[in-house]
Amino acid sequence: MADTHQGETRRDFLYVATAAVGAVGAASAVWPFIDQMNPAADVLALASIEFDTGTVAEGMAVTVKWRGKPVFVRHRTPTEIEEARDVPLDELRDPQTDASRVIKPEQLIVVGVCTHLGCVPLGQKPSDPRGDYGGWFCPCHGSHYDTSGRIRKGPAPRNLVVPEYKFVSDTVVRIG
Amino acid sequence: MIARIKTLAAAGLVASALAVPTFAVPAQAAGELEIAAQDWSFDGIFGTYDRAALQRGFQVYQNVCSTCHALKHIAYRNLADLGYTENEIKAIAAEKNVTDGPNDEGEMFERPAKPSDTFVSPFPNDNAARTANGGALPPDLSLIVDARKGGADYVYGVLTHYKDAPADVKVPDGMYYNTGFAGHQIAMPPPLFPDGVTYGDNTPATVAQQAHDVSTFLAWASEPNMEQRKRAGVMTILFLLIFTGLLYATKRKIWADVH
Amino acid sequence: MAAKFDNSIVRWIDHRLPIFSFMHHEMHEYPTPKNLSYWWNFGSLAGIALVIMIVSGIVLAMNYTPHVDYAFDSVERIMRDVNYGWLLRYMHMNGASFFFIVVYIHIFRGLYYGSYKAPRELLWMLGVVILLLMMATAFMGYVLPWGQMSFWGATVITNLFSAIPLVGDQIVTWLWGGFSVGNPTLNRFFSLHYLLPFVIVGVVVLHLVALHRFGSNNPLGIDVKSSKDQIPFHPYYTVKDAFGLGVYLIIFAGFVFFAPNFFGEPDNYIPANPLVTPPHIVPEWYFLPFYAILRSIPDKLGGVVAMFGAIAVLFILPWLDRSPVRSGQFRPIFKIFFWVLVVDVVALTFFGGKPPEGWYVTGARIATAYYFIHFLMILPLLSVFETPRQLPKSISEPVTGGGAGFAGATAAAREKV
Repeated sequence: MADTHQGETRRDFLYVATAAVGAVGAASAVWPFIDQMNPAADVLALASIEFDTGTVAEGMAVTVKWRGKPVFVRHRTPTEIEEARDVPLDELRDPQTDASRVIKPEQLIVVGVCTHLGCVPLGQKPSDPRGDYGGWFCPCHGSHYDTSGRIRKGPAPRNLVVPEYKFVSDTVVRIG
Repeated sequence: MIARIKTLAAAGLVASALAVPTFAVPAQAAGELEIAAQDWSFDGIFGTYDRAALQRGFQVYQNVCSTCHALKHIAYRNLADLGYTENEIKAIAAEKNVTDGPNDEGEMFERPAKPSDTFVSPFPNDNAARTANGGALPPDLSLIVDARKGGADYVYGVLTHYKDAPADVKVPDGMYYNTGFAGHQIAMPPPLFPDGVTYGDNTPATVAQQAHDVSTFLAWASEPNMEQRKRAGVMTILFLLIFTGLLYATKRKIWADVH
Repeated sequence: MAAKFDNSIVRWIDHRLPIFSFMHHEMHEYPTPKNLSYWWNFGSLAGIALVIMIVSGIVLAMNYTPHVDYAFDSVERIMRDVNYGWLLRYMHMNGASFFFIVVYIHIFRGLYYGSYKAPRELLWMLGVVILLLMMATAFMGYVLPWGQMSFWGATVITNLFSAIPLVGDQIVTWLWGGFSVGNPTLNRFFSLHYLLPFVIVGVVVLHLVALHRFGSNNPLGIDVKSSKDQIPFHPYYTVKDAFGLGVYLIIFAGFVFFAPNFFGEPDNYIPANPLVTPPHIVPEWYFLPFYAILRSIPDKLGGVVAMFGAIAVLFILPWLDRSPVRSGQFRPIFKIFFWVLVVDVVALTFFGGKPPEGWYVTGARIATAYYFIHFLMILPLLSVFETPRQLPKSISEPVTGGGAGFAGATAAAREKV
């Protein structure tokens, strides 16, 4: 089939254009199927919670559920705050100052999931063991956390995670 | 040429065969239903929900309908679609209490509703609803526009066709004569009165206005995603028209040597 | 002509698992009649429709809960909260209707052009099996949203099986998993609804294998004589199928985005209530002809037998219509009766949606009787008595010469019907 050079270019352009438009269409069509697996609107609505820290007496701690995980809210005593501030950074496996881990020093808010393999550490109830550093103790593999939730002893690699939060009033905190 | 005409005729036959089932709908019960087509802002391929009407309709729902009718598929956070701010929504939600729990002591407790909660129902369950309404169950309104033939026109019709019964029709106690409802007798007393609601935007609250606004609100409640659907539809069909045109040109090019 | 692949990885794979040679043969070498009309697009469209249903169904199943207390609400959650959930649900809902539209046109194409005749009898019968599986899948799928029509449609149709003598009631209890349609029923329908489409895929594969044995029929109904009558499937029919797909998607998108509830019933937006029956129970439109046939017979068992008989009659069609001429183009009387059948099926669809009162009853009975008369009497009689028109010599030479007609010798001696 004889074709002028111009005819071939025109024909090829048509095929390329059709294929390109088709690819764009296919990609747009695929996106909803992938996006439907992302968190739905009702799940996102529960992505933030508000909690009134005024309900926690000094020295006590409360566990709040946030995004399916436990969050420890501990109303620290002045002694606990002193202890946390006095720790030299070079003693820490995951160096962080206490000041960088709190907004109001008396309210420590951390995610209660051990950074080793995910168990929930003990230390929320007065009768719980708190480990050697006065914070939390993870019974699964023996990680010890201090009064700032930092890892001091045991296999966990990192400090207890501080979630994103802010105070929307004097006592009410919004987490997430 | 003749083959083309025959093909089109066959396609037309098939298309009308498909249209036939739309007319094959259930026959009306005794008495004709008066469903007049209204003009809605959400009609047509470019239709949208009139935000002002939605807010007024929501007012009607809150002040009149929510006494008896639940709206359990709408969450307070959905009111953002109507143009309310986050603080306004928190305030609207907090007006109602929700049963939550059990707490650590094992007891259920009441707390103000949050934006993430769904609308609080007026009754805890259907039996309670029936008891409070003389045995009749006020239906949940979340899907009422989708669940009735005629949609928003039907809802508007029911709200605006309360009439005095003709002399030869006996309406028992507890029922009301309404030519927009199947059987012409409905257990719901007329819910709308002139100025029954005071609109925040000072629109005169005639019965027709209230009915129009609450029907718009209920249409939104049945399908909050309608505007996204129609927008996506316009883009999709435009794209497909271009793409199919390209495919047709490609097909003709490839088949040129066969024809 | 075997394919030679330039890419060495492709060659390595193909030597061990000849998937590329297979594709090359089926697409580039597979000879297709060159005169196929657009009526031949509907097979590939049916395949695409099936893929759309499976893909949309799988993502819907990620978000659906098959329990009577949660099913309806989980579907509403899909519509309202799941990202693009409304789109996926409307695609699946309307995709079912479009799947049936495409398959019904595909079937009527087969009826008109005699695609069910030798040597394609098994191809045709596999197609009828696919239709049966589609009907079972669609029936169970409609129950899943657990609306009023879901529940009552399931109740009415499963109750039919009680018509079976002796063991009918036990069978119905077994189907239900209880004493009425309830949670066990919903759960097992979900399981089977997820399973059957993959069974359909298997039968479609067999359907295509059977097709490729002798190749496609064509509008003239005569066999391919030489390579002059044929063109390779790719690129000719791949591009033609792609164009047909574009047109299909435009119409599909029109309904999904702008009339998504056109084919549905408002009553299914009311949660199922076992204590309240809707005034008129109507199945989805694609079941209406069969529903009309079912209701036409006053006897319960008779109605069930007639309904399944309407499909059984399709199974044995190759043996009912024995005319050696395939295509309706050359069978002038058959052609008229074909269109009468189309009108009859449209009429059955109409009656299936009406309440069984007044003249609708008589009309449905006449339409039912005619349906069976068409297949069981008219077609066999036509095979014997119809004088077909002269067939062309070959596909490439549609202009008929003298005396080379297919059934010419014996036909001339017969009376025209």
